[in-house]
Amino acid sequence: MPILHDLQATFDQIPPEAVVFVAEALNLTRAEVHGVVSFYHDFRDKPAGRHVLKLCRAEACQSMNSEDLAHQVLDRLGLEWGGTTPDGRLTVEATYCLGLCACAPSAMLDGEPIARLTPQSLDDIVRDAGR
Amino acid sequence: MTTRIFVPRDAAARAVGADRVAAALESEAKRLGLSIQLVRTGSRGLFWLEPMIEVETPGGRIAFGPVTAKDVPGLFTGGLPLSAAHPLCVGRPEDIPFLKRQTRITFARCGIVDPLSLADYRAHGGYRGLERAKSLGAAGTVEEVVKSGLRGRGGAGFPTGIKWKTVADTTADQKYIVCNADEGDSGTYADRMIMEGDPFLLIEGMTIAGFAVGATKGYVYIRSEYPDAIRVMARAIMLAEAEGLLGAEVKFDIEIRVGAGAYVCGEETSLLESLEGKRGQVRAKPPLPAHKGLFGKPTVINNLISLATVPAILADGAKHYADLGMGRSRGTMPIQLAGNVKHGGLFEAAFGLTLGEIVDDIGGGTASGRPVRAVQVGGPLGAYFPRALFDTPFDYEAFTARDGLVGHGGVVVFDDTVDMAKQARFALEFCAIESCGKCTPCRIGSVRGTETMDKIIRGERTAANLALITDLCQTLKFGSLCALGGFTPYPVMSAINHFPEDFNRPRLSAAAE
Ligand SMILES: Cc1cc2nc3c(=O)[nH]c(=O)nc-3n(C[C@H](O)[C@H](O)[C@H](O)COP(=O)(O)O)c2cc1C
Ligand code: SF4
Ligand code: FES
Ligand code: FES
Repeated sequence: MPILHDLQATFDQIPPEAVVFVAEALNLTRAEVHGVVSFYHDFRDKPAGRHVLKLCRAEACQSMNSEDLAHQVLDRLGLEWGGTTPDGRLTVEATYCLGLCACAPSAMLDGEPIARLTPQSLDDIVRDAGR
Repeated sequence: MTTRIFVPRDAAARAVGADRVAAALESEAKRLGLSIQLVRTGSRGLFWLEPMIEVETPGGRIAFGPVTAKDVPGLFTGGLPLSAAHPLCVGRPEDIPFLKRQTRITFARCGIVDPLSLADYRAHGGYRGLERAKSLGAAGTVEEVVKSGLRGRGGAGFPTGIKWKTVADTTADQKYIVCNADEGDSGTYADRMIMEGDPFLLIEGMTIAGFAVGATKGYVYIRSEYPDAIRVMARAIMLAEAEGLLGAEVKFDIEIRVGAGAYVCGEETSLLESLEGKRGQVRAKPPLPAHKGLFGKPTVINNLISLATVPAILADGAKHYADLGMGRSRGTMPIQLAGNVKHGGLFEAAFGLTLGEIVDDIGGGTASGRPVRAVQVGGPLGAYFPRALFDTPFDYEAFTARDGLVGHGGVVVFDDTVDMAKQARFALEFCAIESCGKCTPCRIGSVRGTETMDKIIRGERTAANLALITDLCQTLKFGSLCALGGFTPYPVMSAINHFPEDFNRPRLSAAAE
């Protein structure tokens, strides 16, 4: 796992070639390594956009209308969950709780926590990240 | 004279602008030629007041909140210390009713000390627990934890002392202490607050556990959604190593491992698989982790709060802790108020408060100002409670008796705009997304359940489809290896049973068709 985290941090994904290397280095089959990569939601098989916005979809955020907010963003960008804008600037992913639940609704932009989102603040974030 | 100003660096405080406030304080003080020293702390857990800053005065600390960067120049108008006459002043933090009513044992230091100062940690009673453990000896330490009545705070409520005793009584060339900091439950953030606000507490707790059961190696498994906690924890471990509090001299060291976004990896056996670098698939029990855990060796796996409560139990004695609480739920629980609640935050209190007291009195009702309609307790696998059950006391057995769970202490409040059919659907969808794939009901049944719930929401053959869901919940309950499948019926059936009106409503979308 630490190896996979390092790979993802470097390449922003787990490239198929890397799976071969890791398998050889750890004396595992390629299928075994692929099995681990595919099990975890964090590991991507294609690179993300320059910025990654994770929107929380769990219950505490739902109670503060996070789903309406999320759809406002996705619809405007014309994306599905996990999608990247055509210009490669922004990926929007779902996440299930960031531990910011007392300040819901919450998000994380490139690893930085953001909470008490409003339609306006989320718009600003998306606009800035899309630049 | 330099005045100390305390600003939280807790992730939730940062998420609402604490860093900007800290920067504004520094630049404004500089501009005015005032001498301040910023201390970045954890959070006190009064999240509706975050960013909440505190200034040191001759009469103790005074708090202000919620502060924005724009408020900072105004705060300085009276010079230093900041004026208590300012409208954002909330007085002495200890006098704020939300804090005053608490019994802070595990969270005694959180939000007060500099999380990365060992001197602060010691000055506030740190390492007294380990000292007492050493004087009691290993067996005496286990006995003390047994006597305290502490039960696992990760959800299952298993007595921590008994778990330790099992590992202590097993002979092996290597044993492990694993801290479960996967904290995946929506509505919970207690583990995160300790890691960011009082990380040496966890280090001390794990060191005591290692000493008590004869383990020399510890792992903290932290979820990847907590980058701040990972950073602070890593730094704290380095500092402890530098002072010889971890490492060869004390025969105990700690490593951090980071999860990768799988909820099921909070389940103890799945977590161990993940620590071993595998897919996080749940293992069948027996063998218990206490006998054959990490790499097949005897392992204590505990929730972070369980481990972080041990130092105080040892420092002040088992009796002091066991005297608090009700029934078989001894001591305190960090209750985490979240969601649509006016006073969201961490409330550590002895077991026994009723759900109504927690939500209405302490939480102050909803943030939206609308009536409270439903409360989900214990995370995504916990039941939804209607107002009619607000007399339920916060106690493991009382919640079980009402087909719910205390879990990790998360309390998520919903107002009257909530659609309980959608919440039931989400519970099934979440099970489908997070299933480890080992059991058919959990893997496939949850997908079918989500589709069936969609039909109910559209108003198709409601009665027949509700019967299908009820059947499916029976299968999940009895045909699942772990609580992800086994407890998903709690939120689903509680929504159906307590809020039936939401499941046979003529739907707007149906009417439009
Ligand atoms: C699906 C699932 C998720 C869980 N997630 C967590 C978690 O995030 N943190 C935790 O401490 N326990 C979690 N648990 C409970 C653990 O399996 C286990 O009971 C706990 O780590 C034991 O520690 P304790 O006795 O100190 O509570 C989870 C259980 C299940 C079934
Ligand atoms: S109930 Fe679900 S998560 Fe648990 S072991 Fe079975 S398939 Fe895995
Ligand atoms: S539920 Fe969204 S941050 Fe916890
Ligand atoms: S964690 Fe995604 S399928 Fe198990």
